[in-house]
Amino acid sequence: MSSLHEAFAAAKAEDRAALVGYLPAGFPTVDGAVDAIRVMVENGVDIVEIGLPYSDPLMDGPTIQAAVDAALRGGVTTKDVLATAEAVARTGAPTLVMTYWNPVERYGTERFARDLASAGGIGVITPDLTPEEAGPWIEASDVAGIDRVFLVAPSSSDERIDVVCGITTGFVYAASLMGVTGVKSVSSAAPELVARTRPRTPLPVAVGLGVSTADQAADVAQYADGVIVGSAFVKQLLEAPTPAEGVAAVGRLAAELAEGVRRR
Amino acid sequence: MADSAHPWKTLPMTATPSTETPAAARPSSPDASGHFGRFGGRFVPEALIVALDELDAHFRAAQTDPAFQAELEHLLTTYTGRPSPLTECARFGAEAGGAQVLLKREDLNHTGSHKINNVLGQALLTVRMGKTRVIAETGAGQHGVATATAAALFGLECVVYMGEEDTRRQALNVARMRLLGAEVVPVTAGSRTLKDAMNEAMRDWVTNVDSTHYIIGTVAGPAPFPEMVREFHRVIGRESREQVLALTGRLPDAVAACVGGGSNAIGIFSGFYDDPSVRLCGYEAGGDGVDTGRHAAAITGGSVGVLHGQRSFVLQDDDGQTVESHSISAGLDYPGVGPEHAFLAETGRATYEAVTDVEAMDAFRLLCRTEGIIPAIETAHALAGALRLGRELGPDAIVLVNCSGRGDKDVETASRWFGLMEGERAPEGRV
Repeated sequence: MSSLHEAFAAAKAEDRAALVGYLPAGFPTVDGAVDAIRVMVENGVDIVEIGLPYSDPLMDGPTIQAAVDAALRGGVTTKDVLATAEAVARTGAPTLVMTYWNPVERYGTERFARDLASAGGIGVITPDLTPEEAGPWIEASDVAGIDRVFLVAPSSSDERIDVVCGITTGFVYAASLMGVTGVKSVSSAAPELVARTRPRTPLPVAVGLGVSTADQAADVAQYADGVIVGSAFVKQLLEAPTPAEGVAAVGRLAAELAEGVRRR
Repeated sequence: MADSAHPWKTLPMTATPSTETPAAARPSSPDASGHFGRFGGRFVPEALIVALDELDAHFRAAQTDPAFQAELEHLLTTYTGRPSPLTECARFGAEAGGAQVLLKREDLNHTGSHKINNVLGQALLTVRMGKTRVIAETGAGQHGVATATAAALFGLECVVYMGEEDTRRQALNVARMRLLGAEVVPVTAGSRTLKDAMNEAMRDWVTNVDSTHYIIGTVAGPAPFPEMVREFHRVIGRESREQVLALTGRLPDAVAACVGGGSNAIGIFSGFYDDPSVRLCGYEAGGDGVDTGRHAAAITGGSVGVLHGQRSFVLQDDDGQTVESHSISAGLDYPGVGPEHAFLAETGRATYEAVTDVEAMDAFRLLCRTEGIIPAIETAHALAGALRLGRELGPDAIVLVNCSGRGDKDVETASRWFGLMEGERAPEGRV
């Protein structure tokens, strides 16, 4: 039983959705990111996604772009991301890495899976790795015993959802809208996508993209097993006058969202 | 004809059939997932898969649809001005070891470069798919201008993403695109050049995919783009092969083309895939020199990686972060290269070398002064390659060069380089 499974089961036992929080490693600094993620967990985030900063983040809007640009300018490396995962995993929260594919391949597909597992990480979300290209990753993640999370989108056909669900473990990531992170709000396509995905997988289905407020979290929690929030957390760090205030703002947002997913 | 072995050869062929070639020497058509050997494929958000599948289906249907082919052919003839001529360059050739240098004059196409071939094809596909908006990325602005032109012709809404750095060095093309009714969006992310413009175009596409087709301007990106863009540029190779045979009675010894993403090179190379005696030579932008790290030569100085939806050669660091490219030529200033080039390089069917800014500008000036043709700075890299080839192969050789674009847009850059403005002096060694 993976700890992702436990986290979703625990939330379900409380009759609520799990809260999944994203922040990139290395922003504002490697240690600063670890502080912010710890506070996120202390304030009610159930599952953590650590973003691996990448130079060409095709799926990300301006907020996450700005943060990962800054992280890369600050010199963050793949090793730093793994160290961040290790520090976060020590909090006990299930810790995944969200990464574009090239940095994994460059690090070494098997080596990345193995090193993340040794760091205590439990899975990887790969937004630009298509099932057609995923062969080596399926093998490496199986060997290392970590989950591999793939995405479905509103445009995905039922056949396509079958393909994605067929190789996904841990949970299925349902992208709530057609677009990039942090720009638009969760769309009306999301409930329909979750409804189409559910009969095709026994795994929990979590919704991401466009969730930034407690109200939106409460709304998504009505039909999804997990609510994923990224850009809204990053924004707290970007807009805060000092790192300490940024961390505090992340904590406040986490608490609000945690209340949202528990709302009836 | 050997066409049955080549499923991509569906355009009407009029060239002389080639002699038999060992299968191993031929590049293969991509597999069902769009791979050229281990290169290519699709690395994109799931949200784009449906659009790529739709595009693939329409592209394949159009390839075998006589009405589509006739309409494209009509546009290429009456709008683009094809066939583009072949120009023999005796005075330039004298500097190239006395070789017979033949320029395939894509610079004489409407809009001033080869880019229009692909854009007209994709614009027709856009209409066929019922979409009303096109977007494009552009570096030098040639692809942006071609896209804006086709959008005006077909009444499509057009947005062109261009790195802020490039909008500055290619200001004339920005004005041209705006005159044609396109919106030009300067991209301020990252290195503010072509790769960042491509990222931004991808983000637009994933957001507006229902109404919008993304006209990628080179043989890169997720499948089916590399194959599709090649097919729309095959006309360059098909025409030039016929023209060289008609003019000289034999095939060229070598074909030279500049390579950024690689669309003009693939277009002309593809006409000679089945002619093993013809050397296919790509010239990448060497910037300050490949050993300085300040260059844009992905094959010569990069490594295998994934960028912009495909696996190919990429300029990247040890962590897989894309490294900024450098070239005097905005159109070649790109840290990746099309996957078919990666495949041609790995199989040895084509060879790739880097040409520095200095060598390219020397060749640029030489063509201006010996032939009265001002080439694009991108094209000047191929001309520098032709000088190398001619000097190596000698006076009996025939070297075919893809003159991919004209240099009007580069007059300011060249003037600054050579110190031609009033009151300026050329840096030493450049006059």
